[in-house]
Amino acid sequence: MKLLEMKNIEKSFGDLQVLKDINLFVEEGEVVSIIGPSGSGKSTLLRCATFLETIDAGSIAYVGQYAAETKTAGGRAEYVSTGELKKLRNNFGLVFQNFNLFPHFSVLRNVIDAPLNVQKRERKAVEAEAMELLGKMGLADKAKNYPYQLSGGQQQRVSIVRALAMNPKILFFDEPTSALDPELTQEVLKVIRALAEEKMTMVIVTHEMAFANAVSDRVIFMDGGVVVEEGPPSEVFGNPQQARTKQFLEKYSD
Amino acid sequence: MSIQTMLLTLSEGFGLTLVIFFLTLVFSLPLGLLVALGRMSKFAPLKWLVQAYISIMRGTPLMLQLIAIYFGPSLLFGMSLPRNWRMTATVVAFVLNYAAYFAEIYRGGILSMPLGQYEAAEVLGYSKTRTFLTIILPQVIKSILPAVTNEIIILVKDTSLAYAIGVVEMFTAAKQICVAPNSPGLLALLAAGVFYYVFNLVVAILMERVEKRLAYYR
Repeated sequence: MKLLEMKNIEKSFGDLQVLKDINLFVEEGEVVSIIGPSGSGKSTLLRCATFLETIDAGSIAYVGQYAAETKTAGGRAEYVSTGELKKLRNNFGLVFQNFNLFPHFSVLRNVIDAPLNVQKRERKAVEAEAMELLGKMGLADKAKNYPYQLSGGQQQRVSIVRALAMNPKILFFDEPTSALDPELTQEVLKVIRALAEEKMTMVIVTHEMAFANAVSDRVIFMDGGVVVEEGPPSEVFGNPQQARTKQFLEKYSD
Repeated sequence: MSIQTMLLTLSEGFGLTLVIFFLTLVFSLPLGLLVALGRMSKFAPLKWLVQAYISIMRGTPLMLQLIAIYFGPSLLFGMSLPRNWRMTATVVAFVLNYAAYFAEIYRGGILSMPLGQYEAAEVLGYSKTRTFLTIILPQVIKSILPAVTNEIIILVKDTSLAYAIGVVEMFTAAKQICVAPNSPGLLALLAAGVFYYVFNLVVAILMERVEKRLAYYR
């Protein structure tokens, strides 16, 4: 089953076209990594998928339900109502590069606030689930702490728990380790790897090539707003077909 | 006039000073937030209107605003004024003036919040109202507290401007004592100064406590 279908996505900021006819399909249980140089459009694609940016043309659908659709050829994409978008948001979670935890909430409150107040779920169940997730991430003893008291790696793990607590079908990561030092990076990657083993559907924008190689079912290489190459990691990393892909990967090979 | 009588008269004036002070805060702090939101509105006519209001409030003396609001209705429209109009006009002028200043403080605080806070809340499905009230505003309040304390301390001293329209708050009382027969003279002004100073000391200590209470996060 296709959880996410993004078709013919076009997106410009002013005169600068950042996404040119992009297609992204994600199957249930699949782990997709998006790699590419800065400015290639990979983060923008993720922000379009999570409705933080609006697309100019193309379509976005979660589990077959459209969020945005271009109805006439050459026309602009039309979004569904705010209420519909709100429902569709339940399908996904997003982990930011800079964590974006709420600094005035404790770790636990960060995790349970949205399930309680947005999803209106029952407190006992939500708290139990949150504590279980925090425990799994090695953060059980940090529940009462505030974000500033945690290391970057711990903060990022909390933000992963915060996203998971909403029970998303698909989890997006926007360069989840770019703000972390190498040691903390490994700590966070370990957690994402564990999620992959549990068959969590994930789309990961990353600069960690070895990690993308190890964890992904499929790798997408983007440059200049287009998908240059796409395939299983063994192909994209082991036997890249495009000159641009080879050139990009060579910078990471040492 | 004995020292006791002087202190009693000053205390009576201080009562009015307190009334002006508290009523101004109670109304101008929430009004300032609304004004800030209007100032940041995407609806251009509202934004311009609010901008003009802030510009006038900050660009003209509070004393002039007091006089304008006190005499304006009868001079311009020939309205007969209610008996307690002097005090009402004072509070209205102070509230309008301070709301403008507080609005700009709020606006600065709101603009300083990282975009990521809004985005995280949006992805988690928070409504715009919920995001503002539970995620943004608490952090804004913490960040603007020092600036607000500053403004409140200025307000304590500004209450003395009410003498311009004859409100017998503490400063007016002190001046009246000075010219009274057998008066203790400038001692009254000195005593008033001590009143203001002690009041502001209390304000500063209280606000520092509030700051400390909000120091549980960074």
